[in-house]
This record gives sequence, C-alpha cells and structure tokens, in this order.
Amino acid sequence: MNVPGELSPPAPTLRVRTQVLLWAAQRVSALVLAVCVLVHLVTTIYAIRNGLSAAEILSRTRGSVGWSAFYAIFVGAIAVHAPIGLRTVLSETLHWRGRSLDAAMVLLALALAYGGWRAVYAVVAGG
Amino acid sequence: MKRVLHVRVWRGARDGHFQGFEVPRHESQTVLDVVTHIQRDLDPTLSYRFACRVGMCGSCAMTVNGKARWTCRTQVTTVSKDGRLDIAPLQNLPVIKDLVADMAPFFDKWARAKGQFRGDRTRKEDFARIRPESTERRLVDEAIECIGCGVCYSACDVVRWNPHYLGPAALNRAWTLHNDARDVRRAERLAAVAGDAGCHACHTQMGCTERCPKHLSPTKSISGLKRAALEAALKGQL
Repeated sequence: MNVPGELSPPAPTLRVRTQVLLWAAQRVSALVLAVCVLVHLVTTIYAIRNGLSAAEILSRTRGSVGWSAFYAIFVGAIAVHAPIGLRTVLSETLHWRGRSLDAAMVLLALALAYGGWRAVYAVVAGG
Repeated sequence: MKRVLHVRVWRGARDGHFQGFEVPRHESQTVLDVVTHIQRDLDPTLSYRFACRVGMCGSCAMTVNGKARWTCRTQVTTVSKDGRLDIAPLQNLPVIKDLVADMAPFFDKWARAKGQFRGDRTRKEDFARIRPESTERRLVDEAIECIGCGVCYSACDVVRWNPHYLGPAALNRAWTLHNDARDVRRAERLAAVAGDAGCHACHTQMGCTERCPKHLSPTKSISGLKRAALEAALKGQL
C-alpha cells in the first residue's frame, strides 16, 4: 500500500519557478490547442465533404502562408503541451521522477516539434 | 429499519483484515455509536479515536463504506441502506492500529507548507487592525474554519498518486496565511507551496471539496495559491 508522506520529498530537479512556468505553459498551450483542434476538425470535415483527394488538398496548402503558420503554431503547442502533461502522468502512475524523466520529456518535445514541423514543411513547401 | 447492523471493521495495521460484528440498530445511531458499541460490548481491544462527539474536534474521521467521513456526524441511515457498514481507518495515511491512522505525515506537510503564523509585532505594540471587509480577509472567510480532520487528505487522489504532494488541508492553511497581512513569511511560503509537490499538482478533481464535512473548498484555496505563485514567478519573485 502506498502511504503518502512516509517519504521525505526528494530534492527537486527543477527550480520552483521553472515548475510553475511549465504549469503555466501547459495551460496556455491548452488554450491554443483548443482553438487549433477545432479549426483543424471543422476544416477537415468541410474540405472532404464532397470527396476531396489528397492531391487536391495539397494543391490548396502548397505555398499557403496562412496554413503553414496555423499548423506551425499547432505543432508548437503540441510540443509544449504533451511532454509537460506526460511528465505528470508518468510521475503519478509509474512514480518516475527526477532528471531522467525531465530529460526524456525534453527529447519528446524535440521529437514532436521536429516531426510536426517537418510534416508542415512537406505539406506547404512540398519537401 | 433492520434490527441488526452487519459491520466489518478493519483490524491490525497496514497488513490487517476486516472483522465482522453484529451491532443492534437504534434510532438516530451514528457510525461512532456503532464503533463505540463494538469496543465497549463486543471487543475491548478495538482501537479508535474520538473526542468531542459533536463535530468540533475532527478526531473521529474514518473511512465508512469507502468514503472518508466524521463518524460522529454520520447517521447510519445516510450511509447504509442495506444494514451493512465497512469501517476502516482514513486512507492515504499509515495505520497505527485498527481504526487509528497516524496523522504525523498529514501535519508534517502543514509544517512543510509553512503553516505556522509568524508576525513581527511584539506585545508592546498595538494590535494589528484587519478590516473584516478587506479583500484579503474575505478571501479566507471559509478557509480559516478548517479543523484539520484529514478527511480531504484521505479523499484526495493526487495525494495517493504523488506521496510528496502537500495535500488540500496544508495548502488551504497556507492560503489563509498568504492572505494574512500580519504574516511576514508570505514569499517564503509561496515558494514552499508552489510547483510539482505543491498547489500546481492539484488536478482540480475536487474530491476534497466534495468530502469536506465543513463544506469548505480547499480547491478554491489551491486555485488562489496557483494564481499567486504564477504572478510571483512571472515577476521573478519565486
């Protein structure tokens, strides 16, 4: 049985100010994601309602500054939001804490940002 | 109304078991009455804790049919429709014996949250004057009524998942002192209660607020601390 309080708290690996700013970053990124997900879903449903092909979609997104900015922000919000949330989930469910967890989450953030922005580049610029 | 209650009571410490008892049913019977009957008439070795019996001291809190409650203020009729009761010690705390939980970790966290008042006036100085209608005083009108029974701590899932989390009661106490104009450790306290083991670990599930026998809202106090800590962090004061 897990008995909270039996353990003295470990020395925090992140400064308290950093922990609080991460918490704030997750809330702000959640706000951005709420808007992005809504726009993405509505646009997707609207775009394919008459059976739009992938090629037709790409023809509309290629070179679009607006869509590239939108999805670049979308990916950025994901790269911020997901690792911070997963850090909490992992520490609460698997009791994984400390530097190794923080390092893993930084790597996850970088991977999400790289993969996402690369996909945005491919869709918008055709690379 | 059934004439007999079938009661299962936790016996032992961390590794214990439930023991069954049959207790005569009475009008207006509280869960504390049931436990007292077992100890006085059926098994004098049963250990439990109580003092005032009228909801003032908070020492008789136990887990009744899975939920943390004050046993003195809980009528059997409100928790047992089928004549069965499971009574266990408070959750999220070590068990000393039977129904007695060790409150030390609970109050250690009050200390970690810097729950002690510290002023800077001497007895030679005049009283501090706090206007009852001032914003800071009104923010803690409810919160200062906490009597430290531990029900919220026992009901909190985040305490269960994160053993370092300070918990609703300690954070509620910190919030009252944060708004106390006489206290001189507000910045230090804010740093102690912010972050992963403090107020920012709260998921706002409101188990504490739902279960608080005094109908207080530790969730509200915790939200206040979150905002205050964020403001301090943005100003570089944390």
